[in-house]
Amino acid sequence: MTFVRPARRVLIAAASMSALFIAAACGGGGGAPSGGGSSAPAAADFSKQGDIELWSGKDTSGNLQKQLDAFNAQHPNGKVTFHELPDNADQQRQQMIQNTQIKNPKMAVISMDVVWTAEFAANSYVEALPPDQFPTDKFLKPTVDSATYFNKLYGYPSTSDGGLLYYRKDLLGKYGLKPPTSFDEMKAACDKIIPGEKDSKLACFAGQYQKYEGLTVNFDEAVHGAGGVIVGPDGKPNVATPEATKGLSTLVDWKNQGLIPKAAITWQEEQGRKAFQDGDLVFHRNWGYVYNLASKTDGSSKVAGKFDVAPLPGITGPGVSSLGGHNYAIAKYAENKGTAADFLRWISDPAQQKSNVLATSLSPAVESVYSDPEVVKKFPFMPVQLKSIQGAVPRPKVVQYGDVTLAIQDAAYGALQGQTQPDAALQALQAKLQTLIK
Amino acid sequence: MATATAEPRSVPATEGDGHKHKKNALSDGQGRLAWILLAPTLIVILVVAGIPVIMSLRESLFQTNTGVDPNTGLIAGGEKFVGLGNYTNIFKGGDIVQGSYGSMDRFWNAFLNTTFITIVCVILETVIGVAMALIMAKAFRGRALVRAGILVPWAIPTIVSALMWKLIFDANGVMNKIIGKQILWLADTGASFWAIVVADTWKTAAFIGLLTLAGLQTIPAEVYEAAKVDGATTWQQFVRITLPMVKPTLVVAVLFRTLDTLRMFDLPYGMIGPGKYRVETLSIFSYQEAAQTRYGPAAAYAVVLFIYVLLVAFLFVRVLGADVIGDADAPKKKRRKKTEPPSEEAAIETAIGEGIGGAH
Repeated sequence: MTFVRPARRVLIAAASMSALFIAAACGGGGGAPSGGGSSAPAAADFSKQGDIELWSGKDTSGNLQKQLDAFNAQHPNGKVTFHELPDNADQQRQQMIQNTQIKNPKMAVISMDVVWTAEFAANSYVEALPPDQFPTDKFLKPTVDSATYFNKLYGYPSTSDGGLLYYRKDLLGKYGLKPPTSFDEMKAACDKIIPGEKDSKLACFAGQYQKYEGLTVNFDEAVHGAGGVIVGPDGKPNVATPEATKGLSTLVDWKNQGLIPKAAITWQEEQGRKAFQDGDLVFHRNWGYVYNLASKTDGSSKVAGKFDVAPLPGITGPGVSSLGGHNYAIAKYAENKGTAADFLRWISDPAQQKSNVLATSLSPAVESVYSDPEVVKKFPFMPVQLKSIQGAVPRPKVVQYGDVTLAIQDAAYGALQGQTQPDAALQALQAKLQTLIK
Repeated sequence: MATATAEPRSVPATEGDGHKHKKNALSDGQGRLAWILLAPTLIVILVVAGIPVIMSLRESLFQTNTGVDPNTGLIAGGEKFVGLGNYTNIFKGGDIVQGSYGSMDRFWNAFLNTTFITIVCVILETVIGVAMALIMAKAFRGRALVRAGILVPWAIPTIVSALMWKLIFDANGVMNKIIGKQILWLADTGASFWAIVVADTWKTAAFIGLLTLAGLQTIPAEVYEAAKVDGATTWQQFVRITLPMVKPTLVVAVLFRTLDTLRMFDLPYGMIGPGKYRVETLSIFSYQEAAQTRYGPAAAYAVVLFIYVLLVAFLFVRVLGADVIGDADAPKKKRRKKTEPPSEEAAIETAIGEGIGGAH
């Protein structure tokens, strides 16, 4: 180095140090696990008992801890402790992957989002569950599908979720209308209601169109509701079709015509729920959790008692929901897989599923719970929810789901913002998906 | 400090080769003492910065295997050495996105975002910060309150202010109520860029203001009095006296802001969200790649950002003569450096310099 004044050198050093920290912060994990291998692995040994940890997001209702206490009382050979993860799904996923990479033997049962199944299974982060030890007949079929990858089960369904159409039954009743089963009927209803109400804030319909996972869900539903697919039954992307284009261009047209409010491209679940609760929407697509919040009579909801739910309307065909929910899986490097397996079977018992739905309002994965009188009394939308889940389709099951969902969001958001035409956006998406899904 | 004064007496006694050092009474034996005293710090820096940086550099030369077995659906896993492949891929343009600058590779889009956000933010922050400093330097009632008030935004954690501004820039938020139009700041539009600029300027102009204020207070009042006697206007006083005299401090403040803004992550990520190409910075892009378990490319992007930041810092020091230590001190050191063996300070500087050189 040429001669530099000491003061400058101190400064260069200081600047370099601050720069160093960026590189250090972004270093990321080291070697990936080399486990798995391309040969078909033998089924894991689910016999060893001992203490384990359950890795899941926040236990907001406190019911999970009660369930764990009950399990531990009945199961002296191995106790389960709750390892709480952040609320954010991306952070949960990252912590699970990182702890697989360091082969954490305590992380035994993980609560796996339905869209992670392919990635976790393909990378052997989780164990395949042999059907003789893990029967699946009591579960709803779509939930089992969501935990299945290459004909092998990798998770035991814990909760499920499907989209619902919330509608203002007071307004529909006033104009003598029935809940719509298609977008055309929904539009016809709005054409009567909105001019009649003379409320400048009242818009027809909204889902979640901010650029995030919710947009993937809503795009997926629009495409399937128009008879299209994103990934075909053969596992190959097939999204540049007239049906899929119809699905996306309907959303774009509705937004351009003001049937979907312009601001909805910045809405996630909560903004949409608020708009519906403020009486600014006639129809709203959201999840089951909204039902009890919108029914609150403490003044937070202006539509309490004035709304009901129906299955999602389709664009040309019947409405199709995207499937949400979580499955419990057994981590690859868990030490005590016997206890983990016992816990999976115990927590999926209809009695536990019922206690969970009563405490959290999250839809159960076991079919019989939906007709339980106590559950239906507390959550009157459950029969509709059951129909929604039974007809639901999973989002694309691909290893690089993070890339696929971003590509879908790029295409859908660009079209919604008017930067690209729907057909061009879908052709670009098709090309991108073909490089991602091989 | 008690040990610091006690040690030198014992050190020469134990030092066998004290011969050379005897020429220099001032630094005799202190080099070793300095090393001992600084060792804990250096070890911590090595562990929390040095080793991770070297691991990052190593990681940037690898790629995770992603091939899926067509029969089992499983991935073989492991990593392969790709040399500079992650770096050369930057120039291949495989991942085209639509940002503010048309269709381009996601890396270059993030690079341009980083650069333009930095340029716009730092210019605005400097102008507003200097104005703040000039106001704060004036004697008036409630000056302490104003000084404290100006610092409040800076004291709020960035992620908190990101969420706060997210509410303000909401479609039904305060900002749209004030301007009376519905601008979708939080969608991925050109307005998102300006929302970031506003939030960042609001937050960090105070930093430049505070440092500049410290510089202003070192300017003697006589200089201004003399200027007044000579009939200089306020503007002339500002341009001919205030700016030149505050420049050393200001340049350092601007340098620190520039380096900090080049690394911007939490404000766009928390406020506008991930995957928004109009505000995606290099830090966000690198983080997103790491989240997709592509650690190699993520590390490569971080290293490129690291070199970029280093380059900007170097330009600042060379072109603008940024200087963190007062000029009065420097000539003295320069003289000492020529005639004497390296002092402990110089030794440490060299050590740090070498440490960084080694990291490359």
